[in-house]
Amino acid sequence: MLGVVRQKMLGQSLPKIRPAVSVLRSYSSAAKQMTVRDALNSALDEEMSADPKVFLMGEEVGEYQGAYKISKGLLEKYGPERVRDTPITEAGFAGIGVGAAYYGLKPVVEFMTFNFSMQAIDHIINSAAKSNYMSAGQMSVPIVFRGPNGAAAGVGAQHSQCYAAWYASCPGLKVLTPYSSEDARGLLKAAIRDPDPVVFLENELLYGESFPVSDEVLDSSFCLPIGKAKIERVGRDVTITAFSRMVGHALKAAEILEKDGIDAEVINLRSIRPLDRSTINASVRKTNRLVTVEEGFPQHGVGAEICASVVEESFAYLDAPVERIAGADIPMPYAANLERLAVPQVEDIVRAAKRACYRSVPLAAAA
Amino acid sequence: MATAFSVPKFAAQPFNPISPTSQQKPLIFPTAASPFLGSTRKLLHLSSSSQLNLRRRSSGSVFAVSDIVKEKKSTSIPSLLITKEEGLELYEDMVLGRAFEDMCAQMYYRGKMFGFVHLYNGQEAISTGFIKLLKQQDSVVSTYRDHVHALSKGVPARAVMSELFGKTTGCCRGQGGSMHMFSSEHNLIGGFAFIGEGIPVATGAAFSSKYRREVLKEADCDHVTLAFFGDGTCNNGQFFECLNMAALWKLPIVFVVENNLWAIGMSHLRATSDPQIYKKGPAFGMPGVHVDGMDVLKVREVAKEAIARARRGEGPTLVECETYRFRGHSLADPDELRDPTEKAHYAARDPITALKKYLIENNLSGEAELKAIDKKIDELLEDAVEFADESPLPPRSQLLENVFADPKGFGIGPDGRYRCEDPKFTEGTAHV
Repeated sequence: MLGVVRQKMLGQSLPKIRPAVSVLRSYSSAAKQMTVRDALNSALDEEMSADPKVFLMGEEVGEYQGAYKISKGLLEKYGPERVRDTPITEAGFAGIGVGAAYYGLKPVVEFMTFNFSMQAIDHIINSAAKSNYMSAGQMSVPIVFRGPNGAAAGVGAQHSQCYAAWYASCPGLKVLTPYSSEDARGLLKAAIRDPDPVVFLENELLYGESFPVSDEVLDSSFCLPIGKAKIERVGRDVTITAFSRMVGHALKAAEILEKDGIDAEVINLRSIRPLDRSTINASVRKTNRLVTVEEGFPQHGVGAEICASVVEESFAYLDAPVERIAGADIPMPYAANLERLAVPQVEDIVRAAKRACYRSVPLAAAA
Repeated sequence: MATAFSVPKFAAQPFNPISPTSQQKPLIFPTAASPFLGSTRKLLHLSSSSQLNLRRRSSGSVFAVSDIVKEKKSTSIPSLLITKEEGLELYEDMVLGRAFEDMCAQMYYRGKMFGFVHLYNGQEAISTGFIKLLKQQDSVVSTYRDHVHALSKGVPARAVMSELFGKTTGCCRGQGGSMHMFSSEHNLIGGFAFIGEGIPVATGAAFSSKYRREVLKEADCDHVTLAFFGDGTCNNGQFFECLNMAALWKLPIVFVVENNLWAIGMSHLRATSDPQIYKKGPAFGMPGVHVDGMDVLKVREVAKEAIARARRGEGPTLVECETYRFRGHSLADPDELRDPTEKAHYAARDPITALKKYLIENNLSGEAELKAIDKKIDELLEDAVEFADESPLPPRSQLLENVFADPKGFGIGPDGRYRCEDPKFTEGTAHV
């Protein structure tokens, strides 16, 4: 169904995020580098070894070592009973996972991309998310649906949609969007241990990226709380919220803004549902300006929810209209130049932040 | 692998296209087969009424059609299956498909093409065998492995190559890409990335053909639809749903399974409880046919009958073509899981080499003529690549086009203007 993009090609084209840290790295022995792929793989490995009820199910997760090599080595270690290659039947195997979860097993269902989850969305919403409520607490569904989400490079309209907003609007689901390796490890472990259905949205272009990880992160009991955002960069002038790959863009934009005298605070949302409204609002009350960044479609997106939350709770603190940056309101085009225009770029974030700070800039990019 | 049908590790049951239960009484045939019947498998023989089986309706007619061909050969003076013109047309189409895909691989590794590219090498016999029998108004629906289906249906190589390069001269102006080839002129309605997604769409196209004939009274509307998909798709719910409805409503559609035994790295046998896909047709009340998909003449014989059946209004057919893809699933697939012996077995049954051999041995053509065709195709492709290279990228203004057919709502009136702009539009109960 889906080809595997050579992650090396993409990994090399993505620059490292924190040059300052990498300089320090050569002197400090504590911070190791770990790719997001390895972070996810190690998290799955550790959770599967800690709890025999955890099993992985999906297309190409076993013998092929994972369509994006996230489950590399797991088949060898845990055997075909716990690392199950499925036929191409998303609705079927998502439903099978939910049924298994009803009886206390802990399935990790992998969708080759979250676009394919649309074939199984009935089970994610109706049999997983709503069950605890419908059964008045009798049925708990400790399932994790994971896979890459959002745009990749040149994969066309049917492989590039971001599903954060759709799943996050559904009560009963938890939606997590890791950015760095630390996020990936901590949030996946939390998701697997969580007794509720979790939609775990990864990003294909982040798999090959390396991030520094401390010893605490590498510990097998490391876990991040669900529903807490992380302030990646503290600032005073404008709050930029982002999740998944856009956090990297936001951090780069913050560096550019710093040269222009704007000190941006970057929040890595980590958890879209439950959304960490208190952290966002506290930040906006401090900076008085907000720019939300996301990759998905603009209408009814994550940014829209954040705007609403801030307007409801911190309206008096806002000094400027909220700026919302999202993907273009179109299906993702294939042509390379059109695709670049359809996904937020660092310059878009810089411009929006400047507008929020009332520096005069043109509204749209030049062709 | 020792068995003729070389599927590794399939020791449990021999793969027979004819299950013992559905087989009629065996006939004694002279085993001298034409060298073109390339399957190395010893086929079981059917009764002489096998040709009638093709026309028998719905009740579990399941057989390997290569025997029909064999029978034709031995019961009459050796008559050829194709004329010289047809042979050359088939050859040219298959060579175009092969050369185009090879060029795609080259261009991908040079960075001119990007994203997901799924190549069709090895399966050309199916595309050529089926699509060359269609009229312009017949529809074809495919999956992401759709370049060659587009070419066989008549989309110019230039348009397909430009589309792959993401240029504005592509068949979808660069907006679709490799996996989403559309051409309303040639009735190629996709190009779908999700497997199984094309099958209901194809069934709908067939439905519209029947609807136009019966409800809209367009008496000459006998358009047939072909749906191409793979073995992995045959485990998907949509496949079974559409088999049911197509048979129920007797839709003019042919379901063509390109069984190349592998879905990325998942072997068909590991994913399917009963790997014999053609048997699923009779379960829904339509004939299920298994054919050697590396042999374009056999495929063409089956296709002729299935398409004729659909055109006559007798309903759908499920055709399972045993084939193989010589390259990996996509250009980014390392292709480590497939047994090299299996690959070699099928490489020896290359459909183009086989057709070439047939044409030469039956004096339908000569080396020189076929080489001329090869050269012509090479030139065509070089021209296509040059054209695609020199074509412009889509302009920025194209970004927001085509999201809706009519962005203002209410649609476009017969005079070509938006209905809401027509002052008479509000004379009824509608309010703008």
